[in-house]
Amino acid sequence: MDNESTYSGYSYKSSHSRSSRKHRERRDRHRSKARDGAMRGDKSMVIQAPGEPLLDTESAMADERDDNWAETTTVVTGTSVDSISNEDLTRLSKDLEDSLPVDCRRYVSPALGAILGLFSVLSPLAFLALPQLLWRDTLDPCGTPCEGLYISLAFKLLILLISTWALFLRPPQATLPRFFVFRCLLLALVFLFVASYWLFYGVRVLEPRETDYRGIVGYAASLVDALLFIQYLALVLLEVRHLQPTFCLKVVRTTDGVSRFYNVGHLSIQRAAVWVLDQYYSDFPVYNPALLNLPKSILTKKLSSFKVYNLEEENSTNNSTGQSRAMIAATARRRDNSHNEYYYEEAEVERRIRKRRARLVVAVEEAFTHIKRHQSEESPTSSPKHPREVMDPREAAQAIFAPMARAMQKYLRATRQQCYHSMESIINHLQFCITHNMTPKAFLERYLSPGPTLQYLDNNRGLQWTLVSDEPVTASLHQGQVFCLKRLDFALVVTVTPLPFLRLDEEFIDPKSHKFVMKLQSETSV
Amino acid sequence: MSFVPGQPVTAVVQRIEIQKLRQGDKLILGFSIGGGIDQDPGQNPFSEDKTDKGIYVTRISPGGPADVANLRMGDKIMQVNGWDMTMVTHDQARKKLTKQKEDVVRLLITRKSLEETVRLQLKSMLS
Repeated sequence: MDNESTYSGYSYKSSHSRSSRKHRERRDRHRSKARDGAMRGDKSMVIQAPGEPLLDTESAMADERDDNWAETTTVVTGTSVDSISNEDLTRLSKDLEDSLPVDCRRYVSPALGAILGLFSVLSPLAFLALPQLLWRDTLDPCGTPCEGLYISLAFKLLILLISTWALFLRPPQATLPRFFVFRCLLLALVFLFVASYWLFYGVRVLEPRETDYRGIVGYAASLVDALLFIQYLALVLLEVRHLQPTFCLKVVRTTDGVSRFYNVGHLSIQRAAVWVLDQYYSDFPVYNPALLNLPKSILTKKLSSFKVYNLEEENSTNNSTGQSRAMIAATARRRDNSHNEYYYEEAEVERRIRKRRARLVVAVEEAFTHIKRHQSEESPTSSPKHPREVMDPREAAQAIFAPMARAMQKYLRATRQQCYHSMESIINHLQFCITHNMTPKAFLERYLSPGPTLQYLDNNRGLQWTLVSDEPVTASLHQGQVFCLKRLDFALVVTVTPLPFLRLDEEFIDPKSHKFVMKLQSETSV
Repeated sequence: MSFVPGQPVTAVVQRIEIQKLRQGDKLILGFSIGGGIDQDPGQNPFSEDKTDKGIYVTRISPGGPADVANLRMGDKIMQVNGWDMTMVTHDQARKKLTKQKEDVVRLLITRKSLEETVRLQLKSMLS
């Protein structure tokens, strides 16, 4: 059967290439990533390649089928001739992951990049300093030309440092499953440059104790120039190339169908995934699992309408398929009124939400009228007679929360949002609004419409997404590509279409040619 | 029938009373109008002065109520039931004529031959 060949092909390819890929990944992860090093405790997303669980379920399914099928099937396991077995793989990866604590893994690669960067910046200074320190007496004195070179060297180094700080000294936003090709290329290039310069320096200058100091200074200046050019290349590859929009990505959430369109430039799949997730957190309304299902009353009525009686003997094997087919055919033939009930149920829910919302708005408006900002200068008439109690925002919020609490709770229950807003968070928000002189409507905007997901996140932990794609994730985007970003209970499906090529023509209309005449006489019969 | 803007208009007018005819669920008068302050006066075949933007009768359906009441093609309508028709848009004129609640319209119309008639009469009276 074709199933076996597909399975075996997949497992052979994946396990073979995955093992070598995993090893390469481990090596590269310790060597690569950008040359930045600042610490910032924000969210990070670990995107992992299609993981081992996929293979496990497939091999498990293959094992099940072994029991059902006849004897001419081949048994498929996760091993092939050239690679280690699946269990060893998982054990290895778990060991490596457990050895480094999670937060450290985020900063290993930027730290390496920072070390390399620091080394390359200090190299020209070392080139200049070493002859002075080691064989100062025998150096040719070098007057004005050297000083000119010193000045240019100093300024170029300053510019290099400032632009490195501006561009690259950022904490990484995400951990990518495979190494970032451009960054690794640039780091390798820097390393190569600096290493070859040091080699040349060591052989030609340190050994024979070169006395031409001007040449040495010129050499150091050329290294700084080369570093500036590499930085220009880095700027273009990492920051500029993907800015011009070339593709349109359609992102659809699988559970409730919320979709958005985004324009991106030339990116690899993993970078595009990170970009999409950034936009996801601020554009998509929060995923509320309670809102998804049809009301139970409708669904259960539909499913439990037929009872199937088994008239054959009990050990017939293909009973289940026959039964379900009969049920499906019968339900298709019967006249289906559940759309009616769905319509009325939805209208009823809508009405209930609107009523509760009206009650909530009125309650909040009234509550806000109980409170007033205290003016600092006191009018002499009011203070001796009625000393009003002066409260700080927190107490004021607690004081006016009581009348609106019930209406708020009922509204949140009706819109199934009660898990996102605890009483504490509502009082905090109320305090915030009171402090900033917001109106009741501004206070309510947070509850009346489901906000973007970013609003409900706590920033302490990183967020885990899984990238699922047919092609290797360092390949760049092209037309018709589809990849998925999965979380535990939902997924985002991303489809890539290229932006159309535009042909723009020019047409000149003389402003004096805008002339008008009255319409022809219209005749109306009465 | 020419007018000087800003000066009152003087004209010899004739009163015509038309009874509306019920056709289906509508009351019709049996003629067509053209003109109005939002139309092009130069296209009007019946007006002497091609800047006149008044309402003119452009067609009479034979045997209809207007024909019976002696309305002629080319008449300029000055008033309809007391409403002025010399400075109205085409649509306003149509509305004033087709009010479904009234079943009779009293028009004041003017035509060139009226002036001639009056002048001839005066001459014959004086001579």
